Amino acid sequence: MTIDKVFKALADPTRRRLLDQLHRDNGQTLSALCEHMDMTRQAVTQHLQLLEDANLVVIHWQGREKLHYLNPVPLFEIYKRWIDKFERSRLGALRDLKEKLEQDDE
Amino acid sequence: MSKPSFVYVTYIATTPEKVWKAIVDPSLARQYWNDPNAGANHPAHVNVSDWKKGSKWEHQRVDNNNVDIAGEVVETDPPRRLVLTWARPKELGDKSKHSRVTFDIEPQGKVVRLTVTHEDLEKDAPMLAGISDGWPKVLANLKTFLETGRPL
Repeated sequence: MTIDKVFKALADPTRRRLLDQLHRDNGQTLSALCEHMDMTRQAVTQHLQLLEDANLVVIHWQGREKLHYLNPVPLFEIYKRWIDKFERSRLGALRDLKEKLEQDDE
Repeated sequence: MSKPSFVYVTYIATTPEKVWKAIVDPSLARQYWNDPNAGANHPAHVNVSDWKKGSKWEHQRVDNNNVDIAGEVVETDPPRRLVLTWARPKELGDKSKHSRVTFDIEPQGKVVRLTVTHEDLEKDAPMLAGISDGWPKVLANLKTFLETGRPL
């Protein structure tokens, strides 16, 4: 499992949307996921396969139903490797400031 | 049976025996089973039991031995599969509040696939929130610990 696959899987808005769908409602079938996606079933399957190869999505069989689960473990590995060591608290303060300023503009 | 609330997977370059031991042996768990970002508010935890089927197990803080979570060993097949019930100590008598955790440890070539499945959590929203945040960190730490041998 290389971290390259994780970055590649995340570098696509459709795949990030699929992860968001699973974050909202974990453990969905392909059909349920397709309802929210404006593309063919086949295209969704391909995106899910890339997410699965990156270990960001895992499959759980519930009887005959194939359920897709969001697996955030690789994201924590990235977090530890790339974010945690770079002054997490100051980055957090910067993010909060950005969010606050952007809200004020609205 | 309702569907699991969470299914977490990590691939670790190690052996099933070492993954098993890291989960059940407090001298190993205390080296990684924590949240390194949370400092003193979140000390390391260990899992204490004789790990026999039907035995009690406890998830203890190492600094004061407080029991944060407890339950029963439902199924044990070292080093492949461990199934536990999961409850707040004060709710041990009320089975309707218990959830269930399964560790599946499968060798796949040179790596081990560790799957943690947490079921029956949907009836307990605060527990669900804490757990969804906790497991990925514990598993990422476990991977680093077993692959580098470095305590976290």
